[in-house]
Amino acid sequence: MAQITLENLAHSYLPNPRGEDDYALKELNHVWTDGEAYALLGSSGCGKTTLLNIISGLLTPSQGRILFDGNDVTHAPTAARNIAQVFQFPVVYDTMTVRQNLAFPLKNRGEDAATIARRVQEIAQMIGMEGELDRKAQGLTADAKQKISLGRGMVREDVNALLFDEPLTVIDPHMKWELRTQLKSLHRQFGHTMIYVTHDQTEALTFADKVVVMYDGRVVQIGTPEELFETPEHTFVGYFIGSPGMNIIPAQVEGTQAHVNGSAIDLGRGYGPLNGKVVIGVRPEHARLSASEGLPVRIRRVEDVGRHKIVRAEFFGNDINIIAREDEAIGADMTRVVFQPGKVNVYADDWRVKGEAA
Amino acid sequence: MEKTVNQKAWFLVLPVLVLVAFSAVIPLMTVVNYSVQDTFGNNQFFWAGLEWFSEMLHSERMWNALTRQLMFSAIILAIEVPLGIFVALNMPKRGFWASVCLVLMALPLLIPWNVVGTIWQIFGRVDIGLLGYTLEQLGIPYNYTQDIFAAWATVVVMDVWHWTSLVALLAYAGLQSIPDAYYQAAKIDQASRWSVFRYIELPKMQGVLMIAILLRFMDSFMIYTEPFVVTGGGPGNATTFLSIDLVKMALGQFDLGPAAAFSIMYFLVILLICWVFYTVMTNLDKRGVVQ
Repeated sequence: MAQITLENLAHSYLPNPRGEDDYALKELNHVWTDGEAYALLGSSGCGKTTLLNIISGLLTPSQGRILFDGNDVTHAPTAARNIAQVFQFPVVYDTMTVRQNLAFPLKNRGEDAATIARRVQEIAQMIGMEGELDRKAQGLTADAKQKISLGRGMVREDVNALLFDEPLTVIDPHMKWELRTQLKSLHRQFGHTMIYVTHDQTEALTFADKVVVMYDGRVVQIGTPEELFETPEHTFVGYFIGSPGMNIIPAQVEGTQAHVNGSAIDLGRGYGPLNGKVVIGVRPEHARLSASEGLPVRIRRVEDVGRHKIVRAEFFGNDINIIAREDEAIGADMTRVVFQPGKVNVYADDWRVKGEAA
Repeated sequence: MEKTVNQKAWFLVLPVLVLVAFSAVIPLMTVVNYSVQDTFGNNQFFWAGLEWFSEMLHSERMWNALTRQLMFSAIILAIEVPLGIFVALNMPKRGFWASVCLVLMALPLLIPWNVVGTIWQIFGRVDIGLLGYTLEQLGIPYNYTQDIFAAWATVVVMDVWHWTSLVALLAYAGLQSIPDAYYQAAKIDQASRWSVFRYIELPKMQGVLMIAILLRFMDSFMIYTEPFVVTGGGPGNATTFLSIDLVKMALGQFDLGPAAAFSIMYFLVILLICWVFYTVMTNLDKRGVVQ
């Protein structure tokens, strides 16, 4: 268990990176607090796996340092870091039994037989494979194999950190939920530092204390699920978190008002002059249809998803989504939309601008 | 539904039947024919029954050739398989040098057998050959035309030189098919180099290695050209392997009957060994799935 510090860390897969675009992972400073569970969220190819492999030592960064509890491990080999990592696709040792697979990391560390037997039993129970311990790992189904991979990751008690690289991709949905719960309880029990890479926001938000959102090789926001929802620091966070994502509407912002196509929207906060491409972002949850107030919209279609309705609409040439309560009647006269003041965020060149209280 | 009957369709397979008959069935039957008859010339044949077979089974000459043959195959397998794996493990995985290595490795495989024999025949000569001359100058007794050990060493080293590439290339192909994640997981699990070989690389190479062993066994078991060119089966009969002996018997002494019986048994032995290999291989596959 360790606190992991990343100092000016960056990585490029090219031997001589020129511009910033050549970096798969852009310069990053971050401290992963000891004992916290993090989710690393982002779309495919945004540098999540690169970051994880740098922490576990499978990859040496082009620049910067990694510290485990203050000790520089930037050039230390993976084996010396005592770290556990579970990959997206199952890796099992085919010729070994399930039991031997689970015991393998402990054996390599020279643990005594009693400890190995105890841990293997505990982990087998956790992944629900007690009955298959003496079976050859070869020929098991993909999700059984992935459970073994997970088990091998969790079997050591003294690891510095547990890294998961989209580990539940091949697991069926029911088992997914169960394993995630197991991981959480494991976290509570041992207090390992955990980093969980995923592109599934539900997985990220339910697993982690803190969510790290990455976009295009850069960490764009680190925060609690609530912070990510209420105040996305980058338009990507707004778009990526939430279902559907935040509505993004180009606007001119002056003082406490935004103007879209000449119509004013109350922002609830004051802004100075802004440079770059200015947009406002409103969550569908913070928009509401009305017959009398607000600005005109044209409703295209209403989707009933069970818990609520999603209204797909056009707002001055922009596609927007509005979430309406399940029992809310949507009449033909509801042709206007109201954005909740104070819940409208302003972005200049994709980054959020903090307003001043009006 | 009624089955369509069209006897004319037989004519369509006729060309293949004719081809197979001329390429395999007729020659084989000729051999069978010789093996059960005797002749004193003038193209007159007498029925001999299984006499040649029984004579061959009791012939010390054939058993000696078979022993030499098995020893030769065992030695070259014991060298070529581990060496091939070792070479494959140390070949670059990708990039320019990987291609260079592949081409260099493939070169010996492209040289005709009798040329390989000639190369080593000259290479080993004490008067003009680089190897033979050097050894002679170093004071190491080496003369493959007179010394049994030197003759065997030359034939074995020549086969290793010629064919280790095949094992290495097959093993290399097996290694290339292992996803990086396996090596990464092994690092995470703090596995030693030996464990990585034992639990990842070897199991993943198992299939191609079985094929490599099978091919090398078959080929070495039927070896003819190279030792014939280098040692001519000598000194004495020291490197007279089965096929060399067979040719001596059939064409040298013109003992067609015994030679035919010999060939049929030779053929059956190879068939038997093939069957054993095949059974072992399919069982290995099955065990992986069922267990």
